Amino acid sequence: MQDLANIFIKSIFIDNMVFAYFLGMCSYLAVSKTVKTSVGMGAAVIFVLGFTVPVNYLLENFVLKEGALAWLSSDFASVDLSFLSFIMFIAVIASMVQLVEMLVEKFSPALYSSLGIFLPLIAVNCAILGGSLFMQERAYTTITEATVFGLGSGLGWFLAIVGIAAIREKIRYSNVPPALRGLGITFIITGLMGIAFMSFMGIKL
Amino acid sequence: MKLFKNILESVKPHFMEGGKLEKMHPAYDAFETFLFVPDHTTKAGSHIRDAIDLKRTMITVVLALMPALFFGMWNVGQLHFTAIGEEFTLMSAFIFGALKMLPLIIVSYAVGLGVEFAFAISRGHSVNEGYLVTGMLIPMIMPIDVPLWMLAVSVIFAVIIGKEVFGGTGMNIMNPALTARAFLFFAYPSFMSGDKVWINTADGVTVDGFSGATPLADLASSGDSGYSMMEMFIGMIPGSVGETSALAILIGAVILLVTGIASWRTMLSVFAGGYVMGLLFNLWGANPFMEIDPLAHLLLGGFAFGAVFMATDPVTASQTNRGKIIVGFLIGILAVLIRVFNPAYPEGMMMAILFMNVFAPLVDHYVIGANIKRRLKRVN
Repeated sequence: MQDLANIFIKSIFIDNMVFAYFLGMCSYLAVSKTVKTSVGMGAAVIFVLGFTVPVNYLLENFVLKEGALAWLSSDFASVDLSFLSFIMFIAVIASMVQLVEMLVEKFSPALYSSLGIFLPLIAVNCAILGGSLFMQERAYTTITEATVFGLGSGLGWFLAIVGIAAIREKIRYSNVPPALRGLGITFIITGLMGIAFMSFMGIKL
Repeated sequence: MKLFKNILESVKPHFMEGGKLEKMHPAYDAFETFLFVPDHTTKAGSHIRDAIDLKRTMITVVLALMPALFFGMWNVGQLHFTAIGEEFTLMSAFIFGALKMLPLIIVSYAVGLGVEFAFAISRGHSVNEGYLVTGMLIPMIMPIDVPLWMLAVSVIFAVIIGKEVFGGTGMNIMNPALTARAFLFFAYPSFMSGDKVWINTADGVTVDGFSGATPLADLASSGDSGYSMMEMFIGMIPGSVGETSALAILIGAVILLVTGIASWRTMLSVFAGGYVMGLLFNLWGANPFMEIDPLAHLLLGGFAFGAVFMATDPVTASQTNRGKIIVGFLIGILAVLIRVFNPAYPEGMMMAILFMNVFAPLVDHYVIGANIKRRLKRVN
């Protein structure tokens, strides 16, 4: 239980997708204009990460890894399909994003139109693929750990995008130098937020 | 005063519209309004008449910082002479500290105001007074031996990236003084942490049994700060210049609260948050650091200084009353959490305040949303 809590806290704060690895920046910068849409985007990312990481965990451990196919028959014990992992992970992610897209369109058309192209683009959001690849690299031992890691990473990304959206709403009337308006100041805010998130670096759990 | 007035009057035409130095008008304006009460009347729009303006607010905060500053100067001298094993008097310790501290203050003000003036002139707005406080805070949260060029670099970073790119005073999202300290902390860690930097020892010659570590660093490594509660309260402990004496900071806090400059909600909730978290750690008690008296957390390191002078920053703190309580409480909790859990930073206050600065707008957003919802319900 304590291990799970540690993975959860670690993936939210210490290994934050945005501030520790700078993953998923495109949608983070593009959709963070208002808190409302960024909450929707963040929730979509939590959902996708929370599903794709455990599914990819199963793929990794029962299909792709060297010797993972041994459950079929002992002839396959030496087969190593890990060169397929990128394409398999992406296929899982893309189908999951399709599902999210249909759900959002059905239940919240307003959010669907405000997210626009960035909703289908979650499929190529590096935070999502990053989640699956980190799962592979860190070799989590159970599917529960993988799920908790996926949800935690999603929540960390959610916090980041909602936090910056609130700041961007606040500075809307600030007298920012013309050359920096829009993306420029957003990059600077991201950097400053990164400094704030460094408070958790080095915590060992 | 008459002399200044005459000089200002004689150069005034150059700075007005059509004069030779028209572009430099913000600089002239800054000196004129700083030295004298301006006689401008507003020409358009509605205005609030109030006895207090930005300059007076800022000067009050600087006055509130004075007890901590003077105590800090004496403390620098006191620690120095104790470390090298020399006799000292109240006066000699104070003078030693003052001579160490003055260059820091001068560099901080000169560099920071230089950047401010440059921005004001190039962007054509008047010079804001916000830097009066920041410029005093920055030297007070630095180790006494920080090289002057480093101080200058951090001030430039803080004023430009922390404040001016957002449009100047009142628009920034993170406390500029803490931004300066965080910048130095991550850029030159060996000058900002450890046990060598907090006491000036003049070439490292010290008496036997001397330890220059701050009580927090001692606590993190051995679970014993080596100081009594009273010493922590009075403040004769190693640390940055301004932060050591809870007593002097308390005097400042009283000034700020009586004049209504700082929010009592923030201050109170920061202390409450720290105390509650200290109590929780007492109950957990997994290591000696968790078992120290919660009160000690409030007295040690930059906790009191941060709570009184940094967390209450009217710009970067939460703007709503309920938000102030929430954000303050979380600052207290986070500061103690980081101290106990993060071996890399024995001092958690700086990072806790910066972290909550980042999330204060979000808290405000939801506090305002909840308020709107509640009042709508009343209508329907």
